Amino acid sequence: MKKKCDNLFWSALGHIVKRDDIVWWKAWIIRVLAVLLALVVCGVVTIFLTDLNPIEVYVTMIKGAVGSKRLTWNLLQNTAILLCVSLAVTPAFKMKFWNIGAEGQVLVGGLATAACMIYLGEKLPPALLIPVMLIVSIISGAIWAFVPAYFKTRYNSNETLFTLMMNYVAIQIVAFFTLEWSMPKGSGTPRPLEFGQLPTIFGQKYLINILIVALITVIVYIYLKYSKQGYEISVVGESENTARYIGINVKKVVLRTMLISGAICGITGFLLVAGTDHSLKSDTAGGRGFTAIMVSWLAKFNPVFMVLTSLLIVFLQKGASKISEVYRLNSSFSDIITGIIIFFIIGSEFFINYKIKFNKKGENV
Amino acid sequence: MIATIIQRAVMQGTPLLFGSTGEILTEKSGHLNLGIPGIMYVGAISGVAGAFLYEHGVAEINPFLAVLIPLICSLIGSILMGLIYCFLTVTLRANQNVTGLALTTFGIGIGNFFGGSLIKLVNSDVPSIALSKTSTAFKTQLPFADNLGWFGDIFLSYGFLVYVAIIVALVSSFILNKTRVGLHLRAVGENPGTADAAGINVTKYKYLATCIGSAIAGLGGLYYVMDYANGVWSNNGFGDRGWLSIALVIFSVWRPSISIIGSILFGFLYVIPTYIPGISVSSKKLFEMLPYVVTIIVLIITSMRNKKENQPPAALGLPYFREER
Repeated sequence: MKKKCDNLFWSALGHIVKRDDIVWWKAWIIRVLAVLLALVVCGVVTIFLTDLNPIEVYVTMIKGAVGSKRLTWNLLQNTAILLCVSLAVTPAFKMKFWNIGAEGQVLVGGLATAACMIYLGEKLPPALLIPVMLIVSIISGAIWAFVPAYFKTRYNSNETLFTLMMNYVAIQIVAFFTLEWSMPKGSGTPRPLEFGQLPTIFGQKYLINILIVALITVIVYIYLKYSKQGYEISVVGESENTARYIGINVKKVVLRTMLISGAICGITGFLLVAGTDHSLKSDTAGGRGFTAIMVSWLAKFNPVFMVLTSLLIVFLQKGASKISEVYRLNSSFSDIITGIIIFFIIGSEFFINYKIKFNKKGENV
Repeated sequence: MIATIIQRAVMQGTPLLFGSTGEILTEKSGHLNLGIPGIMYVGAISGVAGAFLYEHGVAEINPFLAVLIPLICSLIGSILMGLIYCFLTVTLRANQNVTGLALTTFGIGIGNFFGGSLIKLVNSDVPSIALSKTSTAFKTQLPFADNLGWFGDIFLSYGFLVYVAIIVALVSSFILNKTRVGLHLRAVGENPGTADAAGINVTKYKYLATCIGSAIAGLGGLYYVMDYANGVWSNNGFGDRGWLSIALVIFSVWRPSISIIGSILFGFLYVIPTYIPGISVSSKKLFEMLPYVVTIIVLIITSMRNKKENQPPAALGLPYFREER
């Protein structure tokens, strides 16, 4: 277990120095080492918990993630959805606005989509229905994100706690409507949504989701990196005082960015309900709103790296659920593995940002 | 009937009270520990594992040990979780929100994994384990509680952990507001730079507050399994009570003493739909939304009134690096 340490921990070893910049490949070596170390630890944990050969377990894991065409598509689809939520939270995080309400924003987006599919499904042709669904879900997601942002800018209420609470309000509202809409009413079996499903292109059910998310990735990348608004976001994130000093309207930037954040979450809800599940449940978002925060942070808020980190997380989850299926373990095994690997990657950032200078013998600190 | 409602509200509220007291202590040191739900799961499953081994290991159950062993296991489990959080956020300076959420994923995973494995060990047909003997020990109440009518029902009919929860909340309130240690802890949460300059060991306070907070929160999980659920562990049975505890922290404006009343109110909101005649299953879901809505309203009102004493700790969620002041 981790050694208990007090403030003397570092001074007993040496002292730490902040690195100003680290060559990019060194940073990646540290990250890869962290993942490898995490896999070793996971292996040890696996042996300890299950008496299985860890190499065999890892092979099963890879087979479980990409073992067949169907599984690979499934992996890509899940990666796309997780990536989409991660892209949504990133602009907000970049300006140090801790939007941990993505779960709720995705759910209200999905709820809006489902409502359109149920109430307008028979009245509108698909060519009109799908754009309406998209717009309504974008608006709902944006509203859900706007509320905490408004109170943050107006009264400086704590946005982390506010967005967190909004999640559970959304979950209960969705649970309410799931029961109301279920057939027979109140049974809890979610109503299958027949009208307004996204079309299958090139014979692949999920391809359209993946293409939409790829498009959003490019847009978010360009928006954050090359647009004036993206620049304003970085300045606000670095220092609000600087932003104010150079004439950026901080409140406006916060509100605008959260609207964008919520809108992309709304799109994710739309993709989940109309393009993937074709039904709505209170666990439609499935914790992705929280996982996305880790994905975005691990990728240092860079949309391109986010493709990799979301792929890694989904790969682990799919692989680990295959393990639990094959070896008849509990499916929560994947959460433990994911947790351990994230701990290691989070921890490795320290060694990227700081250098430890060890004490030489006979030297007093 | 009113006595029964109050009784059930208190029982629903107790896990939340433990969780929120633990989280308040942690937040007072400036750390927003979003790992609390995971820690409560670990606190519960460690207790269950301890009780399971004890119940299946010995023929005759000693009620005193039947309480002590799960209690110690639960404390160890949750303190280890607290240490992981501290090591990452304080020593390795990782982001608090990310670490906390990872800890929740990890903790809930541990809880359900070991819960599921223990279920398989006993080869039971239902997906849960029942530790009825340990639960009986946990639920022991004062022998004369039954003879006192409604008074006994409302005040004396609970297992000992309910009283522990209230005492812990009161003691925490006292320590935070009336002692030097509490003053130092609040200083660390408000402005670690100043606290450091005044000679307070910031790292030590952060570690202690988080680990003690985790231990207290873990007891909430233990209470839920052993007392509220009659010793039956079922996967995901604990639900979103961990997040409700964090809501309760805001509701009680970071004061453990208000948290006692708040927990009973939250518990009341939780049980009240059961007593409304003719309510549909779906409307029940809207009732379950109420604690969160109430919390949001409290959050808005406190920030609108902007009174100094009702605010979150000023440095909540912010990292403290001595050399970056």
